[in-house]
Amino acid sequence: MAQFDYVAPTSVEDAVKALVAAPAAKAMAGGTDLIVQMRAGRAKPATVVDLKRIPGAIGVRRAPDGGFIIGAATAGAVIGEDAALARAWPGVVEAANLIGSTQVQGRASLGGNLCNASPAADSVPALIAARATCVIVGPAGRREAAVETIQAGPGRTSLQPGEFVLELRLPPRPSHASDAYQRLIPRTEMDIAVVGVGVNLVLDADGRIAEAHVALGAVAPSTLLVAEAGAALVGGPLDEAALQRLDAAAQAACRPISDKRGTAEYRTQIAGVLARRVARIAYDRAKANA
Amino acid sequence: MSDVLDRPDAGAGFAVVGTRPVRPDGFDKVTGRAAFGADLVMPGMLTGRIKRSPHAHARILGIDARKALALPGVKAVVTGADFPDLASELVEGGEAASNMRDLAVNVMARDKALYEGHAVAAVAAISPAIAEAALDLIEVTYEPLPHVIDVEAAMAPDAPLLHAHLFTEGLESRPTLPSNIAKKHQFVRGDVDAALAAAEVTVEGRYTTKAVHQGYIEPHACVAAMSPDGQCQVWSSSQGHFMVRTYCAKVLALDISDIRVTPAEIGGGFGGKTTVYLEPVALALSRAAGAPVKLVMSRDEVFRATGPTSGGVIEVKLGATRDGTITAAEVTLKFQAGAFPGSPVGTACMTALACYDVPNFRIVGWDVVTNSPKVAAYRAPGAPISAFGVESAVDQLARKLGADPIELRAKNGARNGLKAPYGPTFQAIGYQETLQALKDHPNYAVPLGPNQGRGVAVGFWFNVGGESTAAVHVGEDGTATVVTGNPDIGGSRASMAIMAAEVLGVAAEDVRPVVADTASIGYSMLTGGSRTTFATGMAVVRAAEKVVDELKRRAAGIWSVPVEQVAWQGGKAICLDPAKGDTPPLTLKGLAGQSARTGGPISAEVSLNAQGAGPGFAAHLCDVEVDPETGHVKVLRYTAAQDVGRAIHPAYVEGQMQGGVAQGVGWALNEEYIFDAEGRMENAGFLDYRVPVASDLPMIDTVMVEVPNPRHPFGAKGVGEAPIVPPLAAVASAVSQAIGVRMADLPLSPPKIRAAIDAKGA
Amino acid sequence: MSKIHVTTTVNGDLAEFLTDPQTTLLDALRDALGLTGSKEGCGSGDCGACSVLVDGRLVCSCLVLAAEAEGRRIETIEGMAKGGELHPLQQKFLEHAALQCGFCTPGLLVAAKALLDANPDPTEEETRYWLAGNLCRCTGYDKVIRAVLDAAAEMRQARRAA
Repeated sequence: MAQFDYVAPTSVEDAVKALVAAPAAKAMAGGTDLIVQMRAGRAKPATVVDLKRIPGAIGVRRAPDGGFIIGAATAGAVIGEDAALARAWPGVVEAANLIGSTQVQGRASLGGNLCNASPAADSVPALIAARATCVIVGPAGRREAAVETIQAGPGRTSLQPGEFVLELRLPPRPSHASDAYQRLIPRTEMDIAVVGVGVNLVLDADGRIAEAHVALGAVAPSTLLVAEAGAALVGGPLDEAALQRLDAAAQAACRPISDKRGTAEYRTQIAGVLARRVARIAYDRAKANA
Repeated sequence: MSDVLDRPDAGAGFAVVGTRPVRPDGFDKVTGRAAFGADLVMPGMLTGRIKRSPHAHARILGIDARKALALPGVKAVVTGADFPDLASELVEGGEAASNMRDLAVNVMARDKALYEGHAVAAVAAISPAIAEAALDLIEVTYEPLPHVIDVEAAMAPDAPLLHAHLFTEGLESRPTLPSNIAKKHQFVRGDVDAALAAAEVTVEGRYTTKAVHQGYIEPHACVAAMSPDGQCQVWSSSQGHFMVRTYCAKVLALDISDIRVTPAEIGGGFGGKTTVYLEPVALALSRAAGAPVKLVMSRDEVFRATGPTSGGVIEVKLGATRDGTITAAEVTLKFQAGAFPGSPVGTACMTALACYDVPNFRIVGWDVVTNSPKVAAYRAPGAPISAFGVESAVDQLARKLGADPIELRAKNGARNGLKAPYGPTFQAIGYQETLQALKDHPNYAVPLGPNQGRGVAVGFWFNVGGESTAAVHVGEDGTATVVTGNPDIGGSRASMAIMAAEVLGVAAEDVRPVVADTASIGYSMLTGGSRTTFATGMAVVRAAEKVVDELKRRAAGIWSVPVEQVAWQGGKAICLDPAKGDTPPLTLKGLAGQSARTGGPISAEVSLNAQGAGPGFAAHLCDVEVDPETGHVKVLRYTAAQDVGRAIHPAYVEGQMQGGVAQGVGWALNEEYIFDAEGRMENAGFLDYRVPVASDLPMIDTVMVEVPNPRHPFGAKGVGEAPIVPPLAAVASAVSQAIGVRMADLPLSPPKIRAAIDAKGA
Repeated sequence: MSKIHVTTTVNGDLAEFLTDPQTTLLDALRDALGLTGSKEGCGSGDCGACSVLVDGRLVCSCLVLAAEAEGRRIETIEGMAKGGELHPLQQKFLEHAALQCGFCTPGLLVAAKALLDANPDPTEEETRYWLAGNLCRCTGYDKVIRAVLDAAAEMRQARRAA
């Protein structure tokens, strides 16, 4: 690995200062992407700013409105251990827990997964379907933005110099609501998603879908929030007609590449297959959630 | 979990052989104390790094190392100019003979880089960071050339030429023009063309496999030191430290006696460590720097610069009678050799039909060089690839005939007295018993559900004998050491102790196995070819027998009886002379304690060239379930039956079978070398080179069939390689059954399977 | 770039070393502290041979910077046996012949211990998925899984008896 300076600030202000001071500075949470890239020579920061000692960067807590606040550097394993979060957002949690091996789960974070900006990031489709937001801090202060606005293409974010994501926020959950995430990989574990689908549903008291959000990963330069796919589900139960509309809308939205992990044609087909399966799981979970 | 089926004439009743003692090196291995290649530290040690070609094929116009040498902390830079140019010479050192000229050029390029990753220079420095920085300062001027990797493209007359000196061997007349085709192999019996024309039923298929890597988890590593007087010490993890010594001597033009190689523990080899990449370079750096040099590969380098096995094309045509007698077989193999000749296509030809009694056949194999890393041995080299084609075709024949796939193979199967396709006559083989054991296994009767399929396949490997040396020393307190020169890659140390203990009549714990360096034990061929338990075991047994003879002589002297009146039983000398009445026996401990008085140290060393290795026959059964929408394959059950001769340590025999199966499953489903348009490997890491993980596999059921090898003291046959031969076809046939489409191109990744399902439905 | 002074705890003992910022925890353990039980199989977090616990959490030490060890509690394979007494997992690995070359074994043992600390009664499937990040090329995993499940049973029994 090329040389760099390492700092571990203990406040947001110090972290912002460190990021601004060196033009080629990079924030690091779990390090499971950054260290790999530095070792391969694909990333050569002059300074690595470790976010993990900043208050609020790690931990899961409830917001006053009943939503959740997740420190952006919180490890997936810690996220998976929060029972309330798993009850309210099983899709977000299972997506976060699919990132890498158990060992990677000991370090990898939602903030890192999002800001590494791989088109195939596992947690991002679930976060976008959940309508999650980020709290971003930087030289201009604090701001909050929808997760999907962070994406700017493969390996790129919309963050300004000196900015980093401090927290992710999930809105409060009404009853009869749940979410789910699945991905297609060649083995049973350890692979980058060939396709990932997140579905978030809110039902009314009669089991009709009142709100639906569908996000597709690894089928475009960034994760797609497919409005047509969500619209395809709204208004009735999750019947075969709805699933067919969903399948078609998901496939129509895909703009995938062919690479060593899958062909474009295959990715498009699987987006439809997974959308159906994930919608079914989210629907069954939502019905069980009084 | 596993069964051991003894044949009636097995003659069991061993005290130690066949038991499962804890392995002698076990404590060190479970506590992290065992020292592997990268774990050694020597005082004053420098870090070495290798600069590698970024081009798949290029002329090297010049190398300027001045800036690198000027970097503070850099102690040496070497290039091809620092290595002698060798003449073409075949030397037995690995599992087969290796051409020293090619080996030397593979270790360090001369005028051409022949694959991406080919070593072009090396540096030694006082820290890894400085060595890394120095690599960037070495300026290499390349003239990139067109490259070729696909085997059939490399065979085309207008293909980019790798070696101007390569003229195809094995043709009727020597060609006038060089090509990338190094050699044609051919095996013929009877009249295959007539037999095929007359056949009532024929089956034809074209099958392909991609290059796959042995995938050992430990990257290559060594520490080497050459002192100013030319004496060399090498510490490395390899499958044969005598091989390392031989190859270093050749590559650097040194005397063998000036090189002492100590074996580190080895973290997997599977054939891939039966050659050298680093050791000669580390010695050359050490010579230039005047200090020991540690040289360790990164995972990226392991993939880009060490031999995978060949990717290949297999074309098979079978002819049979309607009642299921195979009368004719034509097999054509085209194998990638990588940058230098020497793919395993020869052994692939020899094993292709070895499980069958076919009166008419023609097997042709083409060894073809390609701009990819020089292939190295991989567990039963070549056999899994030809077996994939043949076994898939036999499966297709079984379907066409409506025959049970095991019965069809039994009907046409090898048996004692049959002349094998590659020459020798089979004796004491257990192939029919192995097939029967598979058929009798409860897994064969499990009913299949929707989207599930079952595949059967068989496989063969010769196993070899060869040169081995072993010594047994009795300590003054009656405990013993057994010393061999074979690195322990799978638990063989335990088997050496067991066999010596059996002969000496003591417990396995009273015999400590040691793997000694090249100066401390006589020559041994490397650990490969499934030979160690057989050949080195034979040397161990003979040495232990000599020790027993000596112990009997000592007892005879003590008792003043002729030595014929002394028996050795249960670790004791028994006096048989009736005149001596109730003489109490003398224990090994007792005799050892008196050894100085009775003639001196009790010790024996035996060197031999073991003949009579028993071949391995394996029969496998694989059940899979395919998700028809995604093409994802789940292996539900896997059953591996094999004739193992005698399982010296049953747990480690099972382990060999299970490990070979896992590698075969990975080869069938997900593993492959992926190259981009420039001939660079795209997936040189364990993320995208997908070996099976724990959640990909079920428990692997094993059946050890024991038809003892009469040529080994305990009946052992080699077991390590046969298990990787059947899985490619077993998995492919199972998937083919599940989806109703023959899958002939490996690996069977989900997109391929989904596409095959779609095409069938179209 | 100057070196960073790190003070940390390794297997219960205080450990101090100087490190370059870019050195990983794996390299610091092996080179600075002489603890070569953790292995490098890939350097990219894909094989698990470098597995250690940091503050009780299972991680790949090749994906942790040595500097991040400051103030943390590190546990490696070298701390698993207590004196000459093997941990039940180590004992069961030997009894079941759950290792062949032994290179992946330290990482597997550390990971398996973390599993049983979190879940004393895992199913076969849970065990396989937990250990999916530990590559083994020799065994096909069969005997490894059996050893872990057997150790889990023995440890549950010992807890009941205690």
